[in-house]
Amino acid sequence: MGAGHAHWLHRDHDSPVHRLAPEVKITAAVLCTVAVVLTPREAFGAFAAYLVLIGAVAGLARVGPGWLIRRSAIELPFVLFAVVLPFTGHGPRTQVLGVALSVEGLYAGWNILVKGTLGVLVSLLLAATTTPRELIVGLDRLRCPQILVQIATFMLRYLQVLVDEARRMRVARLARGYDPRFLWQVRAFAAGIGALFLRAFERGERVYLAMLSRGYTGRLPEGRAPKASKTQWTAGLSVVAATAVIAVVS
Amino acid sequence: MTALEVAGLHFSYPDGRQALRGVDLTLAEGERVALLGPNGAGKTTLVLHLNGILHGGAGRVIVDGLAVRPRDRVALTELRRRVGIVFQDPDDQLFLPTVAEDVAFGPANLGLRGEELAARVDEALAAVGMSEHRDRVPHHLSFGQRRRVAVATVLAMRPSLLVLDEPSSNLDPASRRELAEILEGLAVTTLMVTHDLPYALQLCPRAVVLDEGRVVADGPTAELLADADLLARHRLELPFGFAFSRPLP
Ligand SMILES: Nc1ncnc2c1ncn2[C@@H]1O[C@H](COP(=O)(O)OP(=O)(O)OP(=O)(O)O)[C@@H](O)[C@H]1O
Ligand SMILES: [Mg+2]
Repeated sequence: MGAGHAHWLHRDHDSPVHRLAPEVKITAAVLCTVAVVLTPREAFGAFAAYLVLIGAVAGLARVGPGWLIRRSAIELPFVLFAVVLPFTGHGPRTQVLGVALSVEGLYAGWNILVKGTLGVLVSLLLAATTTPRELIVGLDRLRCPQILVQIATFMLRYLQVLVDEARRMRVARLARGYDPRFLWQVRAFAAGIGALFLRAFERGERVYLAMLSRGYTGRLPEGRAPKASKTQWTAGLSVVAATAVIAVVS
Repeated sequence: MTALEVAGLHFSYPDGRQALRGVDLTLAEGERVALLGPNGAGKTTLVLHLNGILHGGAGRVIVDGLAVRPRDRVALTELRRRVGIVFQDPDDQLFLPTVAEDVAFGPANLGLRGEELAARVDEALAAVGMSEHRDRVPHHLSFGQRRRVAVATVLAMRPSLLVLDEPSSNLDPASRRELAEILEGLAVTTLMVTHDLPYALQLCPRAVVLDEGRVVADGPTAELLADADLLARHRLELPFGFAFSRPLP
């Protein structure tokens, strides 16, 4: 148990971006995403420019394109949706390789695809360079309402608890000759999920009691993440400024 | 001076199960007392009353002159500083990414910052011999090491009453002995819940037996352990090959 291994989104190494205070990164990520979303969908050049900017930040953070692409898989359902739109859209049609596609549908699909992808990339970069705990500290410093910060803290906690319990139970099942290749053994898996939630909940409860016993009052201590300096804000906001310039020019 | 006073304590869980049925227990300052009893006797339930986590039944708990009043937030904070509980399972206690951060969690909640906080962490880790592991991920440590870190997380709060729930369980013999040496070196009132009777004898001059939510025996550990009838009545058993004779008066 404990923290650490559940964070498959985090790239654990040092870089100028990793060192940036979490509140700066969160602000920059949110503002950049807003700029991307507000960009007109016909501004193809602007989207290319955003991609270059994201690439530059990723390079600075030493997060490789392969890693980003693999993690972007969470976006797949939206991609499928975007691909369907040109076939189902109404209005004028255009011929692409002999297939009549809806112009409006094409634009709508492109809009979802490009903004979704850029948004996912920005979030992935944030996650790759910021530990979940730093994220929570950042939200707290940004005066995010206490209740939201607490929910985030506990989601994090329970997620780890869940991953840990799942691993233990899987090992215990395997040890008793369970071979998940066979479809009929899916029942053990389904029963396992139920037990998993119950156990994770009970353990989460005990962890919470242990936290209370050590004087927890709803605020996590800040740990070692230092507060953002002026220079850090300047660095973070310069990326936002670049995004804003692209958005306005387009 | 009385370090802990529990009087007439009752408690039922929300599902109706009555776990405590009038517990009376007094600890003098600096005393080390073993709390014995079979599974389900109510030991953990009693422990969770000592810092106000469980409450709501009849009776009272007073720590160092401070009454446990669950609705008084300020008193509750002070109470949680005074009473340090090491939980049965170290995995319930450790949840932060590094050992040092986890040890700092308690004192930071008490308002310590900077140098002072760092000093507390160093001191607590040194006390349990885990200083060189300060930057490691807790769940990568061995069970015995995690138990020691769990003790450190509580020592860092400088409690006046240390409560340990089965500290020797799952430890190999060497870790068990090392933990005993650590506990023996601490000058703090200690209540130690345990099923490990030789351990109780080694560390605690006095023992209390809890069964079915009541204190059924209280006296010098050596005398209680020599009373075969008492042990049998309350499902307490010495490990194979052990026997204590009643000390001569
Ligand atoms: N959360 C709960 N809800 C309902 N009943 C509970 C709960 N926790 C404990 N109990 C019941 O209260 C009684 C006392 O439990 P407690 O955990 O205090 O025993 P214990 O002496 O610590 O036992 P062990 O030696 O097994 O740790 C038991 O009958 C138990 O089933
Ligand atoms: Mg117990």
